[in-house]
Amino acid sequence: MQAITAQLPLSLLLQSAPSRLVSLSGVDIAIIVLYFFAVIGIGFYLKRYTKTGEDFFLAGREMTAWVAGLSFLAANLGSLELMGWAASAYQYGILATHWYWIGAIPAMLFLGIVMIPFYYISKTHSVPGYLKLRYGEPARAFSAISFGFMTVLMSGINMYSMAIVLKVVLGWDIHFSIWVSSITVAVYVGLGGLLSAIFNEVLQFVLIWLGALLISIIGLIEAGGWSGMVARIHHNFPAQDFTHLWRTMGSFSDNPMGIHWVGIVFGLGWVISFGYWTTDFLVVQRVIAAKNLRAAKLAPIIGSAFKMMVPFIVILPGLLGLALLPPGFLTGETQAVATGGHSYNEVLPIMLARYCGPGLLGLGITALIAGFMSGMAGNVSAFATVWTYDIYRAFFRKQAPDAHYVSMGRWCTILGVLVSIGTAYFVMQFRSIMDYVQQLFSFFIAPLFGTVILGMLWKRATPEGGFWGLLTGTFSSIGMWLWVYLDPTALRYIALSSQAKPMAENMFRALWAWIICVVVTVAVSMVTRPKPDSELTGLVYGCTELPSEGHLALYQRPIFWAGVIAGVFVVLQVIFW
Amino acid sequence: MHRAGMISIWFFIGTLLLAYGVLILGAGIYDLWNPAAHPVVLARLHAGIWWGALLIGLGVIYSLRFKPGKGK
Repeated sequence: MQAITAQLPLSLLLQSAPSRLVSLSGVDIAIIVLYFFAVIGIGFYLKRYTKTGEDFFLAGREMTAWVAGLSFLAANLGSLELMGWAASAYQYGILATHWYWIGAIPAMLFLGIVMIPFYYISKTHSVPGYLKLRYGEPARAFSAISFGFMTVLMSGINMYSMAIVLKVVLGWDIHFSIWVSSITVAVYVGLGGLLSAIFNEVLQFVLIWLGALLISIIGLIEAGGWSGMVARIHHNFPAQDFTHLWRTMGSFSDNPMGIHWVGIVFGLGWVISFGYWTTDFLVVQRVIAAKNLRAAKLAPIIGSAFKMMVPFIVILPGLLGLALLPPGFLTGETQAVATGGHSYNEVLPIMLARYCGPGLLGLGITALIAGFMSGMAGNVSAFATVWTYDIYRAFFRKQAPDAHYVSMGRWCTILGVLVSIGTAYFVMQFRSIMDYVQQLFSFFIAPLFGTVILGMLWKRATPEGGFWGLLTGTFSSIGMWLWVYLDPTALRYIALSSQAKPMAENMFRALWAWIICVVVTVAVSMVTRPKPDSELTGLVYGCTELPSEGHLALYQRPIFWAGVIAGVFVVLQVIFW
Repeated sequence: MHRAGMISIWFFIGTLLLAYGVLILGAGIYDLWNPAAHPVVLARLHAGIWWGALLIGLGVIYSLRFKPGKGK
């Protein structure tokens, strides 16, 4: 998840690498070129099916559970996510898996079972659109503007980071990477809207798996299986425990990440994870494009099953790096820059080059490019929807023909890409801004979760309570960040420890912001007048009649599969305890 | 996604995997007869050959299963 990946310290700048890591053969280049033709071809093909606003912005609400679920996950599974977390696995060991399991699975299941019915039944086009229905225009406006701003900014930053990755791994020119990748995304999203974005995300999801899976398979063969890999890691790093999920979490000083289980469970597992997976429109948009309520509920459940497996292609290569590469071969960014060596961030491409010859290397690089494009297309399509429906239609032109909004969405897609490119060049000049902007992104997630969850589950929450809770939560989060920025000793108040690392600080800040949002929302709601029940139908638990699934066989019910996933999740925690 | 006449995404995926499989299998076979001067680790497994064959298999299955006009 972007807000969390962002904690890595300038993790993907890869400034240290002395030269390109791999050289591509003719067949590798053919595979990459074929990929570009495929995604653009799909965009041109789908243009004929995107005539209305519903087609362009919500893919006609015709997605099957599988397509919506895979797209839901692919929009999150960017290449920076792949490389960043492989690097974290090399640095922190199996602890990085928390971001895929407790940091995702409970929230995704909660989205599918509890929250999706309200998003879907309300027929909203977006998360800000839900806030409009539930709380009114001010909450929608604040949410839409902050989301649009941050989405384009994040898209540009990711674009720049990816261009740096391609420069280091392949030796490609930064400007070439930025423009070719961006124009490709602009063409296929501009032509086919969300329908094209979703189609390509499913394609990209398959390519990511097929391109990255081989590293783990051959790596395990070389290491002598899982037990052989663990033995090698213990041999290479006898003083550190890199292979247990929870056993070392009792104290900040016992694990390589310097984090306590309270931060992981409540900061990551509750506020940040639930905030991202249930309220970030980038991912929620894919689910509300499902063809019916059952498909919408199943989509995040299917996504969670695959999310639970992603560590096999992301975390495992990092662990294999710990086991198979000489200790000290990969270092921190600063040391790598000083010595001209390789940094943690290069572990995935290094393992790719270790095992993949001609053809397979092209497939692996295509997987990285596909990851980048799926993430960017997710940002751009979500931005186009929020801009067109929640800003343009709400404040500039309320009554216009549907075709006008489709046209606006297309132009907005191109505009979003151009602004992203501008942001990429801006970041190129002021690289340090990446640290701060990515934190800013997380400022909006935690309070928004408080506002949405209260709105869905508590009918007494009032429009004034929702707006002021969201506003106070957001600005208190920014205020806490500024406080620590200006006075580093304040860290002991925000993160409860002066020794807390940036990752822990962000989690605690998110937790405080969520609590402040909830307290203010409740307090203001208690002294203001609630909406009558009749206006809350389809929006709030207790005022909405949820369709019964009693007529379905057990295996057809979303709740059954959510239970299965939850059971596997618990078993995995025990196995890797 | 059952709009009349629309080609399934799985067909697009199948054809792309088929093309990739042919390219990767071809490169793997070429590598078998003309080994690289600096082979990758565990090159003796000839991963390109069996991974390429796997992609071809998947590609054929998805291309045929979701061929346009089959009504799926």
